[in-house]
Amino acid sequence: MEFDLSLLLNGIVSGLLLGGLYAVAASGLAVSFGMLDIVNIAHPALMVAAAFLVVAVGGAIGLDPLLCAVLLSPVFYLIGVGIYTFYNRFFERRGDEALQGLAFFFGVMFIIEVGLVMAFGPEQRFLDPSYAFTTWRIGEIDLPLRMLIPALFGLLAIGLLYLFLHRSFIGLAIAAVAQDAEALRLLAIDPVKIKRLAFGVSAMLACIAGGALIVVQPVEPSSGQIFIGRVFAICIMGGMASLSGAIAAAFLFGVVENVTATFFGPSWAPAVAFGWLLLVLAFRPQGLFGRAA
Amino acid sequence: MSATTLTDLRGADRIRHLPFWLGAVGVALAVFLALRLIGNEYGYYAGYFVLQYVVLASAWNILGGYAGYVNFGAAGFLAAGAYTAIVVRKAFGFDLIPGIFCAAVVTGLLGLGTGYLTLRLRGVYFSIATLCLAVVLQTLVVNWDYVGGSRGAYVIRPMTIPPFASYGEYIFLVMLVLAVITVGIARTVEVSRLGRGLQAIRDNERAAEAVGVPTLRLKLMATALCGALMGVAGAPLPYYSGYLNPDAAFSLAFAVNAIAMPLIGGAGTWAGPVIGAVLLASLQQAATVTISSALNLWIVGWILVIFVTIAPRGILGWFGKR
Amino acid sequence: MSILLKAERVGKRFGGFVALQEVDLELRTGERLGLIGPNGSGKSTFVNCISGDFAQHDGQVTLAGQPLNGLKPNERARRGLARTFQLPQPFNSLSVLENVRIPLLFSGAAAEATPRAMECLDQVELGPKALKLPRELTQVEQRRLELARAIALRPQLLIADEAMAGLSNAEVDEIVALLLRLNGQGVTIIMIEHIMRAVTAFAERLIVFVAGRKIADGVPREVLALREVEDAYLGKQ
Repeated sequence: MEFDLSLLLNGIVSGLLLGGLYAVAASGLAVSFGMLDIVNIAHPALMVAAAFLVVAVGGAIGLDPLLCAVLLSPVFYLIGVGIYTFYNRFFERRGDEALQGLAFFFGVMFIIEVGLVMAFGPEQRFLDPSYAFTTWRIGEIDLPLRMLIPALFGLLAIGLLYLFLHRSFIGLAIAAVAQDAEALRLLAIDPVKIKRLAFGVSAMLACIAGGALIVVQPVEPSSGQIFIGRVFAICIMGGMASLSGAIAAAFLFGVVENVTATFFGPSWAPAVAFGWLLLVLAFRPQGLFGRAA
Repeated sequence: MSATTLTDLRGADRIRHLPFWLGAVGVALAVFLALRLIGNEYGYYAGYFVLQYVVLASAWNILGGYAGYVNFGAAGFLAAGAYTAIVVRKAFGFDLIPGIFCAAVVTGLLGLGTGYLTLRLRGVYFSIATLCLAVVLQTLVVNWDYVGGSRGAYVIRPMTIPPFASYGEYIFLVMLVLAVITVGIARTVEVSRLGRGLQAIRDNERAAEAVGVPTLRLKLMATALCGALMGVAGAPLPYYSGYLNPDAAFSLAFAVNAIAMPLIGGAGTWAGPVIGAVLLASLQQAATVTISSALNLWIVGWILVIFVTIAPRGILGWFGKR
Repeated sequence: MSILLKAERVGKRFGGFVALQEVDLELRTGERLGLIGPNGSGKSTFVNCISGDFAQHDGQVTLAGQPLNGLKPNERARRGLARTFQLPQPFNSLSVLENVRIPLLFSGAAAEATPRAMECLDQVELGPKALKLPRELTQVEQRRLELARAIALRPQLLIADEAMAGLSNAEVDEIVALLLRLNGQGVTIIMIEHIMRAVTAFAERLIVFVAGRKIADGVPREVLALREVEDAYLGKQ
């Protein structure tokens, strides 16, 4: 096939921009799975649900999708808190995480996805912000705003998350509970409360990611399925609890996936996600950027 | 320790297989004869629907219930079985029965491969990998013209197939035999040392390792067996419908039911998936005529969540069995 | 007496943190070794390197002349190594008897699994409770079950990792007596403990770990009198 440099360059740039979206999608999982060790496979479903809500609400009142997502995020915080409280009460406390707990999250994912089909139908929905059809150009490189703005927005969200985790007391407590819940208890801090908060934050991030998602591409109820592979692959590649690792992994992943799609067609994207996941698990399960065990 | 007690325990060791097989064949025969007497084609189709879930749920349980390793990609394995049957029919002219064997080999290898790459790590990585696998398989099939891609593939079936009264009766009987065999295999595994080893792994993998249990080997055996039997559940599907497309083969219904049925029936033993499958499949079959398929599935999702919350050991657990 | 276990320059690092630093050890067949040291001193790390729970570490471990490096815990178990855990780790859904049968089922002696398992249970005086579930046992009974399971394959070396944590004085004495009995039958035992009562009653040789290194190795009476050991323990009796 003819090697088109400009095509490759644009593939890489778009991949980086997609990586921004994938990063914010994976950041929530870095908190719930990486730090709290909760296998929340319903995370992408929450993201897609948020995207649909943004379409419904934002479309109805004529609000920019990213702004809409920010406004909806407290709702998702509460949803996250609710889900974790339930999970902790009925699965963690009984020691049933491995089988029943996992089935629980599968059930939640399933209920969300099928619920979306019933509420909105199986077709694609989209919501275009005002800048959706503008593209900046720098030399040979196209920078469509519909990808650039969400990517920057996502990185901003991750930046705020980083500050929260490293500068605020609660954020440090979350990092602490990931390492040693017992020690936290000795400091008279209830690990369950911290985890509840953290899970709420991770759901909020799912909401933000949903807003970004709907700007980048149309969504349908089953969109979450391919994201499961993506975000878990990115999270594992990034070394689980490392936010910076997840971001780096997300950019790398976005580029590889997009360049593959550019040259081999977009329908092979799920294969890329899965292939990456398998390679990482087979050769470096502690992640590309994680510390060796 | 008195000699009598030791002998008692030894007696308990000896597993009696004959009563089970006689009972299973007896029940199967009774069901078949009952449907034959009723003589309604729909009976056979509804029966097939339930039996394929008996196979799928029992297969899932060998890895999920016995070993505690959750396979989220049941739909992928089932569809792989169905599409293998289509491929070998197109390529070699193989009919249903050889198609079933080929499906078992292909999906067994698929399970083995996935397991080999992920089972040395934590169970959750295996689960995530199976979920991704299902998505990838669907992508593959949708893009594969040989099997009809998203348009689907047809299987021309004969109107009658002597000595059976109809094709429906034939395919029902095939699935009935598969169900008996699968449940038999599940039970045999459960009472064998493979089953005991898997149970030890489920209870405490680290301790099992420490006392010499070959954990990786046992997990791979269970994964291969589970994969093969799930493929077997799917192989007759194109023959049952006469037509198959990716949406039907990779249906969410298979994914959720494969997990819900064993957990609702009771995951640690061969009887749980059978109970769960018969109950849930019958309910869904009855509901198809009254409510939309999406609502039907939605309800199954809710039933799953509610059951694992209030009855984590399933129906059998509720009634006292461990 | 021959050397049963040989550890040469065994070390373990976690990222930048050195948990264990070049530990050498030679254990003779039949020896009763006590391993003590403050929390985080590396005793458990050392033991995990021997047992195979840590797959990668520096140095060499040899059992009865056979190198153990690279072997997984279950392979080491089949070569004569056994260990118990700090918190009892029974198979909760299996009966007491089934718990002890598990190692035997996969050992090549599967046909004699039940009689041999009952033998082990009788040795730890759990025979009458053979058909009970682990959760129906008291703490000390659970530890006895753990030991029964560990000796099922007639190990050459048994590592008892804090087998007495949380037990009363009388219960500690029970377990020590059991371990002495096992040793009398030829099992070499490494006991990791914090409970001095057990260590002094059981060990004929004592090794002290501090901050990842061996700081003392000798007869218990002498080792415990050393100032460094006293300092390390800050007044423990």
